[in-house]
Amino acid sequence: MASGTTWTFRKPSIIPGFGLAFGFTLTYLSLIVLIPLAALVLMTASLGWPEFWRIASDPRTLAALRLSFGASLAAAGINAVFGLIVAWVLVRYDFPGRRLLDAFVDLPFALPTAVAGIALTALYAPNGWIGSLLAPLGIKVAYTPAGIVIALIFIGLPFVVRTLQPVMEEIDREVEEAAATLGASRFLTFRRIILPTLLPPLLTGFALALARAVGEYGSVIFIAGNIPFVSEIAPLLIVVRLTEFNYPAATAVATLMLLISFALLLAINLIQAWSRRRFGNV
Amino acid sequence: MEAAFADATFPTVIEPDPPAPRQWSRGVPVDVTIEHVVKAFAETPALHDVSLKIEAGELVALLGPSGSGKTTLLRVLAGLEFPTSGRVLFGGEDALGLSVQERHIGFVFQSYALFKSMKVFDNIAFGLTARPARTRPSRAKIRDRVLELLDLVQLTGLENRYPTQLSGGQRQRVALARALAIEPRILLLDEPFGALDAKVRRDLRRWLREIHEQTGHTTVFVTHDQEEAVELADRIVVLNRGKIEQIGSPDEIYDRPASPFVASFIGESSALPVRIEDGRLFLDDRPIEIGATGKDGPRTLVFRPHDVELPGARPGGIAGRIIAERRHGASRRLDVEIGMRRHRIEIDVPANHPRSNKGDRVSVLPTRWWLFDA
Ligand SMILES: Nc1ncnc2c1ncn2[C@@H]1O[C@H](COP(=O)(O)OP(=O)(O)OP(=O)(O)O)[C@@H](O)[C@H]1O
Ligand SMILES: [Mg+2]
Repeated sequence: MASGTTWTFRKPSIIPGFGLAFGFTLTYLSLIVLIPLAALVLMTASLGWPEFWRIASDPRTLAALRLSFGASLAAAGINAVFGLIVAWVLVRYDFPGRRLLDAFVDLPFALPTAVAGIALTALYAPNGWIGSLLAPLGIKVAYTPAGIVIALIFIGLPFVVRTLQPVMEEIDREVEEAAATLGASRFLTFRRIILPTLLPPLLTGFALALARAVGEYGSVIFIAGNIPFVSEIAPLLIVVRLTEFNYPAATAVATLMLLISFALLLAINLIQAWSRRRFGNV
Repeated sequence: MEAAFADATFPTVIEPDPPAPRQWSRGVPVDVTIEHVVKAFAETPALHDVSLKIEAGELVALLGPSGSGKTTLLRVLAGLEFPTSGRVLFGGEDALGLSVQERHIGFVFQSYALFKSMKVFDNIAFGLTARPARTRPSRAKIRDRVLELLDLVQLTGLENRYPTQLSGGQRQRVALARALAIEPRILLLDEPFGALDAKVRRDLRRWLREIHEQTGHTTVFVTHDQEEAVELADRIVVLNRGKIEQIGSPDEIYDRPASPFVASFIGESSALPVRIEDGRLFLDDRPIEIGATGKDGPRTLVFRPHDVELPGARPGGIAGRIIAERRHGASRRLDVEIGMRRHRIEIDVPANHPRSNKGDRVSVLPTRWWLFDA
């Protein structure tokens, strides 16, 4: 990527200081993000390919990764839908307690994740408030993948709501009124006018919620039950390997998570760039 | 070009619609009756007992200062605002029971309100593609219609641009084409040229007049530019603080203003507080000999700067001192201060009139004037 091509920075701006700012950004990102990640990859590289492959194809590793990413995608997807609705209600409707509700949205950010995990477990355990209602129906939430998804929904919601809200507030009322005078129903206006402008921030919120969910540890381990092959998430597997002093295995799993996450986020970014070009021509 | 326009004469009905209840046939201009409409936001009414009849195919200007209720009246007509009381009839039928969508009105917003995520083509086509499948024209017909409209608003070739890639005047025309696409029964334009420079405004004005002649829609447009109203409209409705001050043709409004406000808002005018005593007109204690008669009492004397003569030493004029002199178009304008209470009036004298000095005394005699009850 680096050699042979001429480097063109996008849109040199009239504001001076680009070189300085760019250099700073690069240094900062390197120190905070890239170097630790490189160290991780380096550690894994010292493992050798066959050994790495053996750990990566271990059924327990595969099950943990599948669960981690599956549950995270599910939770981020559910958050995208319901976060959209929550943000819409908070922006568009005025009702008593709106500000209070708005403040509640941030709580999953602030709460120590272990507290959230314990609280959710207490609620959804077979003898908890909600769990005891679900138990007669034969639905088990705590100590199953479903419980993991619920914990991940909890911690991911603010990302979707908070990225959508400012964009929704910016939507011009007259544009909706124009659509109405042209005969469009509320639903059609939402689908054809509003949703396209919300798509880029919705994808951002989805990506953030997904990234957060993949890395989540504290809240999940309480509600998951952590049964290998059933409800053991990848971050937990790493911790398990560490407690076994099996550092190579721990770094290998971590590198796998890193690769998959990077691939997913890159894909979302590309979709987003496309949708911005396609819909968000603002 | 002309031939293309002739083919494209509006209103063309795109497809015979299946009979729909409570819908007028598209495109046929309809008359509008507004009866005693009141619209109150919070406490102060934005519209105050407004009654108005607009003929089918008429081009009416709503003229008034900022905050006088022009936009509010337009929004009431469009169904975007519901009046506190009063009636609105389209073609004799009650319109207030109809939703925005059912009213079938073309609305051009002050801010254009184009759909940013859509190309110009899709913006204009929106009103057609938004129809339920049952009444939606075919793709080919929509395409023809949009291209025809692009031609009408002189934007051919720009259909693949996004609104942000257009100039203000072009956006304005896209907004108009989008409104025309649904063949509205009434076209409402809110300060259509508000954000544009003087030259573009004049061009678009002439062009809007032409489009109106071609399409024949009942059109109401809002402006606070009196020149625009006078030049474009069949009739002008002057609004002030939510009340109609006067309705009339540009000539009527200009030559027979119904109030000092109308006289000052359309064209320029000066006003003086006078009174009639024993059948004679007095300003303070000095008589003004302009042949005014009437019942005794206080009045407001209004006249335009150019409707005066300077009688020189002849008595009966309004005596004052010149306090400023400046060039004003083809003539020279004098600011004159009158009497003890220092009323200001403006008068025009020919450009070749001898230059005067500050403080010079003049006597002014209005040749054309109006007296209003004070
Ligand atoms: N949604 C609203 N809520 C409260 N007051 C409003 C609302 N809309 C308009 N008003 C008030 O009603 C009055 C008339 O407003 P309107 O927008 O009709 O004025 P306008 O004649 O269009 O003025 P402009 O030339 O500045 O556009 C104003 O005093 C305005 O403050
Ligand atoms: Mg307005």
